[in-house]
Amino acid sequence: MNLDLVLQAIVTGVLLGGVYCLICVGLTLTFGVMKIINFAHGEFLMIAMYGAYFFAQYFHTEAYASVVLVLPGLFLLGVAVFQFLVRPVLAAKPLNQMLLLVGVSLVLQNGALALFSADTRSVQSAIAYAKIEFGEVIIGIPRLIAFAVSVIITLALYWLLRSTELGRRIRAAASDRETAALMGINVNRINLLAFGIGVGCLGIAGPVMMPVFYTVPNIGSFFILIAFVVVVLGGIGNFIGAMIASFVVAIAESVGALFMPGSTAPVLPFLLFILVLLFKPEGLFGTRSG
Amino acid sequence: MTRYRNWGWAIAALAALAALPALLGGHPMHVLIQVLLFGYLTYCWNILGGFAGQLSFGHALFMAVGAYTSTLLLLNAGVSPWIGMLAGATISAALGLFIGYLSFRYGITGTYFALVTLAFGEIARIVALNTPAIGGALGLYIPIQYNDFWQLKFVNKSQYYYVALGFLVLVLAVTAWLERSVFGHRLVAIRENEAAAQALGINLLRYKLLATALSAFLTALGGTLYAHYVTFIDPHTLLNMNMALEITIYSIVGGIGTLWGPLLGSIFLVPASELIRAALGHSYAGVHLVVYGAVLIGVILFAPDGLMGLVHSIGERRRESKTPTVSAHAKEQSP
Repeated sequence: MNLDLVLQAIVTGVLLGGVYCLICVGLTLTFGVMKIINFAHGEFLMIAMYGAYFFAQYFHTEAYASVVLVLPGLFLLGVAVFQFLVRPVLAAKPLNQMLLLVGVSLVLQNGALALFSADTRSVQSAIAYAKIEFGEVIIGIPRLIAFAVSVIITLALYWLLRSTELGRRIRAAASDRETAALMGINVNRINLLAFGIGVGCLGIAGPVMMPVFYTVPNIGSFFILIAFVVVVLGGIGNFIGAMIASFVVAIAESVGALFMPGSTAPVLPFLLFILVLLFKPEGLFGTRSG
Repeated sequence: MTRYRNWGWAIAALAALAALPALLGGHPMHVLIQVLLFGYLTYCWNILGGFAGQLSFGHALFMAVGAYTSTLLLLNAGVSPWIGMLAGATISAALGLFIGYLSFRYGITGTYFALVTLAFGEIARIVALNTPAIGGALGLYIPIQYNDFWQLKFVNKSQYYYVALGFLVLVLAVTAWLERSVFGHRLVAIRENEAAAQALGINLLRYKLLATALSAFLTALGGTLYAHYVTFIDPHTLLNMNMALEITIYSIVGGIGTLWGPLLGSIFLVPASELIRAALGHSYAGVHLVVYGAVLIGVILFAPDGLMGLVHSIGERRRESKTPTVSAHAKEQSP
């Protein structure tokens, strides 16, 4: 086995991990605070990517610039979906909460299919093909940017949750809804903000991913299962855990591709997921609670 | 008295259903077969998801095991699909026991069980795509040139209709039995409150496993029937998450865990999707899923017990208006 190949696979894995992490931090936030799995998370990503695409086409800019519009847009979309759809079922059975968001996902994904057709769309830009070469190992600049942004967002969210008043309230609402309410915390508002921020993170992910990936109406389904895997592996609501899990999963996938027959390497994250759920259900880095 | 009257209704309904093929043409017949087939699969899902309350997003996997096993046995060894479907169902039940044992043994339920089933479905999809021996990404064709009941091959759609009807009656009988039997009541007890069920001495693991195995077994039978009806199977359509979701949606919309809910759900939604497809054509593939999604959201927000829940509340209102004095009296009496 060529050492350069392995090295390249690890680098590719780390960079892909950055992309996974971008998608997962928001998901782990809503999962952690409301104990709801946002099945429509992938479709919100799809909307963010289309937003970035149309912005870049219309204003003839790099997709990154679209963050000024896509980020607030996604935040508001998250707030609206929470207010009108999720809030009424917060007290319902987990099954119904999950299926409600499955419904949202079906409407958004197939609505986009009707509106935009199944054509793949990608932005053409100077930066899309820029790369750095270290000997045989190649690093694409857009992936490097995605990686850097994902680390920054993760640390920012970690800081928000650990060191700010809002974060303290979010953590209180997450650990015990009723007691937090008794302590004068407006749990409803906290949930609304958490959902808005969780979806809003995709408002950064979409523009950052657009130079690397093309978008299609079902782009969300390519990432959502991996996102669930990462969130559970990282320990629900744990940002740093999600970041590390993103890298573990992505490196397993890219290095596994060197050793596994055909294109079967994508099964590795799911095998890992099943093993972890069986033997350490609180996640790789979580502590058992309750 | 009422009991005999119900049987009378059931026989009349069956007779009407048996006469339908004589009245309907090709396309309506196709829609009807889809209703029966997906109605059947919805009932199978409902045993685990509705009665035992364990939400599975991975039933496409059990369906695929049935479809692939019987098809491979037929194509490679000429084994009759009737025997092939039993083989597939047995493998499927074993797989169900494996997944169920892994999950329930460690107390994985609810949301996490749903994710585990999703993960198994995804692994199966990737493996199937990469295994040329079972057709890989190209899939498998079942050639049909002549009628042969033993080979489950029919040139005429109406024969598939009768076979699907037979399957539906079978699963309806199983569901009716679940509604009355101790076994079914124990599953419902587990769904409603695991801790209480355990305190009553119900072996949670055993009953959840039995429900999973039964559900997986019957689902695989439906998979074989599906394969022989559409005569083509591949991982993209069969191991697609939407396939598993549609079955779940029919059950929720009709009324989860009820005797008639799954049938109601498929009677309303399957023809709806066919109508939309027929009206909008191929350019808008998947638009029926927008409608499914919207109906699902509407049902969960406004009628969480599904269509059967609506039927019951209308029935109760009627009964109350028929005997207003008694119910009013009873309400006054209760403290």
